[in-house]
Amino acid sequence: MFDDDTSPARRDFLRKSLTLIPVVTLASAGLPSSTFAQTPASDAKQASTAVPATVPGDYKPTFFTPEEWAFLVAACDRLIPSDQVGPGAVELGVPEFLDRHMQTPYANGGIWYMQGPFLEAAPEFGYQGRLNLRETLRIGIKAIDAYSKKSFSGKAFAELSQAQQEDLLKSAESGKLVLDDISSKLFFTNLLNEVRNGYFADPSHGGNKNMGAWKMIGYPGMRADYMDWITVRDKPYPLPPVDLSGRRG
Amino acid sequence: MANAKAKVDAVIVGMGWTGAILAKELTDAGLHVVVLERGADRDTQPDFAYPKVVDELEGSVHRRYLQSLAQETVTVRHNLTSTAVPYRQMGSFKPGTGVGGAGSHWSGCHFRALPEDFKLRSNVEQRYGASFIPSDMSIQDFPVSYEDLEPHFDHFEYVCGTSGKAGVISGVKQAGGNPFEGSRSREFPLGPNPNYLGAEMFYKGAREMGWDPYPIPASNASAPYVNPYSCQMGPCNACGFCSDYGCLNYSKASPNISILPVLRQRKNFELRTHAQVLKVNLDSDGKKATGVTYLDAQGREVEQQADLVLLCAFSLYNVHLMLLSGIGKPYDPQTGEGTIGRNYSYQNLNRVVLFFGKEVQANQFIGIGGAGTTMDNLNGNQLDNAKAGFVGGGIIWARQPGAGPVRGINVPPGTPNWGTAWKQAASDAFRHSFYFEVQGACMSYKQHYLSLDPTYKDGFGRPLLRMNFDWHDNEIKASQYLVGKALEMSKVLNPTAMAGDAKKSGEHYNITKYQSTHTCGGAIMGSDPKTSALNRYLQSWDVHNVFAIGANAFPQNNGYNPTGMVGALAYWSAKAIREQYLKNPGPLVQA
Ligand SMILES: Cc1cc2nc3c(=O)[nH]c(=O)nc-3n(C[C@H](O)[C@H](O)[C@H](O)COP(=O)(O)OP(=O)(O)OC[C@H]3O[C@@H](n4cnc5c(N)ncnc54)[C@H](O)[C@@H]3O)c2cc1C
Ligand code: SF4
Repeated sequence: MFDDDTSPARRDFLRKSLTLIPVVTLASAGLPSSTFAQTPASDAKQASTAVPATVPGDYKPTFFTPEEWAFLVAACDRLIPSDQVGPGAVELGVPEFLDRHMQTPYANGGIWYMQGPFLEAAPEFGYQGRLNLRETLRIGIKAIDAYSKKSFSGKAFAELSQAQQEDLLKSAESGKLVLDDISSKLFFTNLLNEVRNGYFADPSHGGNKNMGAWKMIGYPGMRADYMDWITVRDKPYPLPPVDLSGRRG
Repeated sequence: MANAKAKVDAVIVGMGWTGAILAKELTDAGLHVVVLERGADRDTQPDFAYPKVVDELEGSVHRRYLQSLAQETVTVRHNLTSTAVPYRQMGSFKPGTGVGGAGSHWSGCHFRALPEDFKLRSNVEQRYGASFIPSDMSIQDFPVSYEDLEPHFDHFEYVCGTSGKAGVISGVKQAGGNPFEGSRSREFPLGPNPNYLGAEMFYKGAREMGWDPYPIPASNASAPYVNPYSCQMGPCNACGFCSDYGCLNYSKASPNISILPVLRQRKNFELRTHAQVLKVNLDSDGKKATGVTYLDAQGREVEQQADLVLLCAFSLYNVHLMLLSGIGKPYDPQTGEGTIGRNYSYQNLNRVVLFFGKEVQANQFIGIGGAGTTMDNLNGNQLDNAKAGFVGGGIIWARQPGAGPVRGINVPPGTPNWGTAWKQAASDAFRHSFYFEVQGACMSYKQHYLSLDPTYKDGFGRPLLRMNFDWHDNEIKASQYLVGKALEMSKVLNPTAMAGDAKKSGEHYNITKYQSTHTCGGAIMGSDPKTSALNRYLQSWDVHNVFAIGANAFPQNNGYNPTGMVGALAYWSAKAIREQYLKNPGPLVQA
């Protein structure tokens, strides 16, 4: 059973431990435009300073501070940019998702065992720290912004160029970035995981506006009834997604 | 005690598969039965109703249908000298809570063990000599045979509306089924489910390898069905939210839809939810249980006296309760003495992912929890273990419980984790890839056991259960061998890329990675009270009115999912209680 799992460690594991056995080179076939939504490529990458992506709607964060919010908008835009493949995390409202998700019991460690003592252990034992998800994101954002200001003459992460932002995120991903208070890798994995959750979860949670991420990958969303399509082989699944509220994409 | 409830005939701890089966059988026998379930009451309506049930964020991230680890978990260590640390976030296995237990959010793969699985040690010794078994491997024969359990396997399949194709009926081979299975008394209650692409391609690949593919027996109904208890099932609509989710459709067999509708009508049945059992109480000489103590919904300690105590709390928690209550002697890996906690085993799960071009419609979002295609040519006596170099076999299967993007999208190895390249790969792969899995047996070893943790406590102040487990060379070799075969077969199907996660030598057990909820052993059945906690009727050798029903009874695990066997053992044990124990309470087997 190996049901698909969403933990960052699990994804990291999959990425690292699957040995590639190429049979034929992966054909880089384009996406059939009839099935998948296309969004214009962003040309922001060429700009020397990141053009702040705009959050859709008039959502005002209630959990994150303006500084944290600026960080998240910039980080979302780097992690899942708006490009020729499909919509970006910012345009799909992922920052809103993050702000709302942080206020759930889940982000408060509600389903994790949080008793001490907190011992260091090999990576096979997973997270052994005492921070909940909220604290991990908050402390991580603060630490990266502090690092950024120290290294880039007072500029916060959101004020760096795209290339500088990407470099910082890469060194956090690998754990090379040494931060006060928190492991950069722990922060990064949780951040990426949450950004993906927001990008792909039902729009009612604040991200994936108009089911944009589902359209991009061709996921029919919450239809949950495929009896008539199990044995169809010769054509792509034809129906657009529906979401939990019954809207069609 | 201030809160003492009137004595009843039987108290059952846990309302999952085994609890429901025992409650049905014992209320049939006229007993007054109280079931104590730590979680909430749940039913298809309103708990698993569409659309809320298919919210992926709630189901797969908040894990709404699974046990929260905040109050209860286990600790894990790889060897006898290190300090165990808690299983803080759900990963490797996913116990259930609430009415239905894990039986409400299982997938539905519904197997019987092979006849030779029941006598593993003697079979291996006979085929390859005793020295073929590594010295630290503590595998044992089951004290029951396939023939003993056949009527109970059969009955449980009929209760579950299992959809499949028999391979052998009354000794006669049947085309399309598993030619290597133990003989059945009749055909499955329902025919197999339809094949999605991966299951269809498995037939092609397996046949080219010279294997005998057959449909995975699945307790996901392929057609409308009424079970022997007059409970109704509707055909599975391949919703794709099966593993981890309750069924929106009355299609996946569960305690909730397959047994509880009958129980809930009965006057001699009482279900108390939010009732956390803390321990089994024993009389002064420790030979008899007087009942259990539990915390009720308001946090009050309540004592429930009973003539019979049935532990149906899931394998791990059955062992935990036995250790906490002083039932039997805890196992000591240094001396080999003691039985409670002995022979913990697991499942050796591995995956092979196949990626295809845009013309191949794999549609992984379509899913039927247990259905698919598998084969037994590398399992049981079909595998030449001497040649393969390890004890125990396994199966390879195509199974598609349903994929969604929050649950994760497999991308070809080497793909970055974010940015445009990741988006492109995820978009390319989502509808055009699928996976095969290799489900290997897992042997038991002297050093793999369950005990109480010396440091960590649960939310009720009790020591956590400590799991001492790691991958042994034997299982690593099995993983490499079986994944190698799966890759060989997959090549025939011409994927554009494929990837397999065979265990590397020296690899350690990773608790962050979901592998299966097939945690077995720890309170095993056997014919010798020195090396088993339970006799052949799952009755405690030490406290005769306690029975511990579940996969905890397996001396080691085979290549199949456990629940078909767990259900059969539950009916087998219930029969012994009804026909023997009630007439003459006492040990059913003389030590
Ligand atoms: C995602 C998933 C997929 C699975 N798929 C398959 C599959 O395809 N095939 C297969 O064969 N098996 C599968 N399984 C395993 C299957 O669910 C279990 O084998 C089966 O449910 C075990 O039955 P049980 O009665 O022992 O435990 P459960 O069904 O889990 O019931 C135990 C109950 O006891 C309760 N309990 C525990 N401790 C206490 C306490 N102290 N006081 C009161 N109540 C307590 C729990 O809350 C729970 O409700 C799967 C499991 C999971 C999680
Ligand atoms: S896949 Fe079928 S059996 Fe499973 S939850 Fe969906 S409808 Fe129910």
